[in-house]
Amino acid sequence: MPQTIPDRIEKKIVLRAPRSRVWRALTDAREFSEWFRVTLRGQFEPGKEISGQVTYPGYEHLTMTARVERMEPESLFSFRWHPAAIDPKVDYSAEPTTLVEFRLEDAPGGTLLTVTESGFQALPAARQGFAHEANSGGWEEQLRNIERHVASHPSPRA
Amino acid sequence: MSPAIHHRAPEPSSLFAALGDPTRLALVRRLSAGGALSVTALTTGTRISRQAVTKHLGILARAGLVESERRGRERLWALAPGRIHDARRALEQISREWDDALERLRRLVER
Repeated sequence: MPQTIPDRIEKKIVLRAPRSRVWRALTDAREFSEWFRVTLRGQFEPGKEISGQVTYPGYEHLTMTARVERMEPESLFSFRWHPAAIDPKVDYSAEPTTLVEFRLEDAPGGTLLTVTESGFQALPAARQGFAHEANSGGWEEQLRNIERHVASHPSPRA
Repeated sequence: MSPAIHHRAPEPSSLFAALGDPTRLALVRRLSAGGALSVTALTTGTRISRQAVTKHLGILARAGLVESERRGRERLWALAPGRIHDARRALEQISREWDDALERLRRLVER
């Protein structure tokens, strides 16, 4: 991501495994926990919240909570969560969430998985990662990018 | 995947909301030329009233994009850079964490 602040992150990866296998790794809470580094309790269910202890080294004191949106077998799995909810003393529940979507498609030799996380624009500044530190410059270029970006994604809060 | 964004700003207001306005963007552009300017200087040559400029500067300040300092009888406004830079870096960090998580997913489903 050079010189811009996107609203979304998108990742594409081809996995040498059938869609059914990838689907299970995504939507079985136990398997999800393994690769995502969390210990989720219960199962994923549309409209339901699921949470568990983060097992990522250094973040074990945190709880991850996700609200499942859609589960279309072997095709689409999505949930909302609070990205970077890293301060256990802060109640993030009133803040906007980002939407995480996993899309599965057939690909030669396996499954094309597309992951998007979107909604960063709506996050309060506190979640957009701002520390007041010196910047080496590059403002003009950044402003041009932002200008283009906000022109094509008008913010409802503007 | 691990949480990435560490810093807390004093007021929750969106950077994008702050910049999603042509007048405010113009003010930021003007200030990005460098140096601190008074409201009078920022109003000169525009059709925008002092009150409007002051209001827009307030919004930019709450988003942490500009800061002001009193000099004698005037208040001077300047860019507080770093915000955009930091936001971008935070997203890059989240992006890297997704890469790592997906690599772990690959190891799980391909074994």
